[in-house]
Amino acid sequence: MTEFSTVGTSVRRRDLVEKVTGSAEYTVDVTMPGMLHAKVVRSDRAHARILSIDATEALAAPDVVAVVTAADLEPLFPRFGHIIADHFILAPDKVRYFGEPVAIVLAETLGAASDAMRLVRVEYEDLPSVMTAAAALAEGAPLVHEQAYDATGDDSFKSLTGKKHTMEFPEAEGARTNVAHEVDLEWGDVDAARAGAHLVVESTVHYPMLYAYGMEPYNAVASYVDGALSVVSSAQHPYMVRDDLARIFDLPLSRVRVSTPYIGGGYGSKSYTKVEPLASVASWMVGRPVKLVLSVEEAIYTTRVDTADIHVRSSFDAEGHILAREIDIVMDSGAYADNSPLVLAKCVNRSFGPYRVPNLRVRGRSLYTNTAPASSYRGFGAPQGNFAAETNLDQAAEQLGLDGAEIRRRNLVRHGEAILPGKRGIDADLLADLEIAASSLERDRKDTPYYGMGVSCSASDAGAYPISTAQVRIQFDGSVIVFSGSTEMGQGSQSLLSQVAAEELGVDLGVVSVVQSDTSVTPYERTTGASRTSTLVGLALQRACADARTRIRDMAAEIWSCTPDEVIDLPGAVQGPEGAKLAYGEVVRKWFGGTAGEVTGIGLLRREGVTQEMPPFWETGMVGVAVEVDPETGVVTVDQLVTVADIGFAINPQAVEGQDLGAATQGLGGALYEELVYDGPQLANANMVDYRVPRVTDMPRKIDLVLAERRDGIGPYGAKGAGEGQLNPIGGAVAAAVARAVGRWPNRLPLTPERVWRLLNDLEDSDPPA
Amino acid sequence: MAEPRTEFAISVEVNGTTVERTVESRSLLIDFLRSDLALTGTKVSCELQVCGVCTVLVDGRPVSSCTYLTVDADGRSVTTVESLSSGGKLHPLQEAFVDCHALQCGFCTPGFLMMAKGLLDANPGAEREEIVEHLEGNICRCTGYRPIVEAVESVARQQRAEAK
Ligand code: FES
Ligand code: FES
Repeated sequence: MTEFSTVGTSVRRRDLVEKVTGSAEYTVDVTMPGMLHAKVVRSDRAHARILSIDATEALAAPDVVAVVTAADLEPLFPRFGHIIADHFILAPDKVRYFGEPVAIVLAETLGAASDAMRLVRVEYEDLPSVMTAAAALAEGAPLVHEQAYDATGDDSFKSLTGKKHTMEFPEAEGARTNVAHEVDLEWGDVDAARAGAHLVVESTVHYPMLYAYGMEPYNAVASYVDGALSVVSSAQHPYMVRDDLARIFDLPLSRVRVSTPYIGGGYGSKSYTKVEPLASVASWMVGRPVKLVLSVEEAIYTTRVDTADIHVRSSFDAEGHILAREIDIVMDSGAYADNSPLVLAKCVNRSFGPYRVPNLRVRGRSLYTNTAPASSYRGFGAPQGNFAAETNLDQAAEQLGLDGAEIRRRNLVRHGEAILPGKRGIDADLLADLEIAASSLERDRKDTPYYGMGVSCSASDAGAYPISTAQVRIQFDGSVIVFSGSTEMGQGSQSLLSQVAAEELGVDLGVVSVVQSDTSVTPYERTTGASRTSTLVGLALQRACADARTRIRDMAAEIWSCTPDEVIDLPGAVQGPEGAKLAYGEVVRKWFGGTAGEVTGIGLLRREGVTQEMPPFWETGMVGVAVEVDPETGVVTVDQLVTVADIGFAINPQAVEGQDLGAATQGLGGALYEELVYDGPQLANANMVDYRVPRVTDMPRKIDLVLAERRDGIGPYGAKGAGEGQLNPIGGAVAAAVARAVGRWPNRLPLTPERVWRLLNDLEDSDPPA
Repeated sequence: MAEPRTEFAISVEVNGTTVERTVESRSLLIDFLRSDLALTGTKVSCELQVCGVCTVLVDGRPVSSCTYLTVDADGRSVTTVESLSSGGKLHPLQEAFVDCHALQCGFCTPGFLMMAKGLLDANPGAEREEIVEHLEGNICRCTGYRPIVEAVESVARQQRAEAK
């Protein structure tokens, strides 16, 4: 373990110190001189034509400066969306969901904006609506979008899967449907395999509508001055937001600056563009900075998680080996596509599991409905598909007389085996991970009635597209500044990058600082998501450090009048002929000749070399759950939670454990408590009173977080990403544990007390999914 | 119609300093702290008194500042996260939160710290069950809670050791 000086240890995170003192800056804390406050007037219908908007009364109210509507955006490109630019900033002729922005009220104070917001009169004519995926698919269903939009041509999206993506919209009006996106994946001959099978198991499940609840609601402050736009926002991917904003205003990328301070919870839900266009067009209208902070209710209506109805049919031989899997996924993606096409593609890839599946057919469809737009959430389609296919596998195990661990043992792929043709083999030892999870569960098994256990696993093609850049600047006193476009949302990227730089340059962690996520300052970073930072940004940063060292050696060679290959690296220093030594700071000072200067190293990463093969790494999940059910009330108590992170190498082990427990806890939330419920046109529980997330009293009695470090990732020191893997398989594990405790298989999540009680008492669901 | 603007002159002790201001009757303590006094350490999220991120101490008792009227703080003393550390030295709870990794994004942290301070001031050396029960009203979406409970427990343990 002494091989490294800084990485591999749980160093004290400097961002945490800032955060405990209250001095850490989040976007909600940012103000701009002379800024106005914005409030958004939102639709109170699911689907309606806008007949008129009357802002007279609002404009006459005290301190009100302006009211912005779609008509004002005419000189602009009024939509955004990084895959399909279908998302109107303000509803133009019709609204497509309850809560859709219709107008923006700008006032000198927040109070004045809130008061005046209620004075904007919007006249509607209701249209028939489609509130569920099933309704959207029905023959003759009303259309959420009558028109076609050009795809924005996101290359990484196009190259995502080996198989067919249907992206083009049929031109003919009559041929249009509510299908936003379709993905198919197929190999082998499933029909023949099924015909010859010993056992065929079919199941259908419903995955609930969730809300990520990053505790800092979406917010931004924007200033448009003289053909340049500057935005501070809570966005996870400031560069992608910049691209959307540049398209809206037709500005060169260099004239749009998006920066992101600390983020109060992202979990994928702050990926891509949210409120930045609203704040930006408002500022453009009035020529003053505008701050817009959503309430939690508005945030729920801005982005929720894709629901899914999934049918699985699996065929097995007599020993329980999978012969074929057929999976049909229908997602309700809400009124706008946002990132749902990618969520769907990932759901397809992640649905059948890290198993040997010789014959496969997956069909995925993402539907437009008149509900709040869905987009990415931690796990990115994996939790939906995984839940469906893992419960199906557990039901097969029961029919075959095997336990949950045994059927997985018989089917899991081995290290290096591919689960997607032409893609990187699985870079994890799932069999070993399974044994760790299963034995931990068994060790603490309780011998009580209504007790059940489940193990479940998943594999996600992670890391997103491998494009990353990083810079290090060595100062004339030898201290180091790291520049990265990645954002810090709690996952510990800031600390991790400083550890990598300290390790690579051989300097003390105390002299390294990190500057992040400002599109006009830090180098390009496509996204901060898909658990990519430690692996991809880590690699780019290693290269930047190597580049800086090369420059330092070259400069030292000039100073010593020798050739660069006579100069060798020491920690934080170089050594020349005859044992001459210079620390980095001395090299900089001597070369520039004074107490001045700095050396910049640049690291670039693209799809080549170790990152040629896609995905850059697999993020696997392996969890075990044990539950106890109260037969009187149906309340499920989590007795054990075991997670095994096949992480390769943990640069900061404490941070990885934190991510694992956090992800698993969110998984437990979706499995046991959380669900947004539509009642007519609107949500019945768009608030944190009625949308129940896990609380401290819900903590599992035993928590066992295991890090499996086998140094088998392509990232620095053998690292792979972490952060979502332990969420993905939780639904399946909980469902199996509850099924074994009560003797019936659930077909939906969350397993609320009433649903569990009904299962236990052989009663039908009181509110079956539509 | 906009509500009539009734204004009140108040005097509040905030983190040891007496502050005199005129506020609207509808002013909430959270907005008073964050906007009027620029004490942005305290955060706001649910606005419905269920998440606890806005917790501050009023006369030593934890309250949700998102639903607490500023005028009700008149003549009282308010303590926020900004007052915890002094002279560059962290409060033991802050130290313990960093050590135990009891936060990630940190948005919930000021609320948890003030809630925990309220407990340990009133009930030094509190046991684990009391801590868990006391923190039930605070949501953290990042950590899964265990490290938070461990952090508070470790300070309670120090308190018990010191009391001996
Ligand atoms: S913001 Fe006050 S309790 Fe949530
Ligand atoms: S640390 Fe992010 S919500 Fe608690």
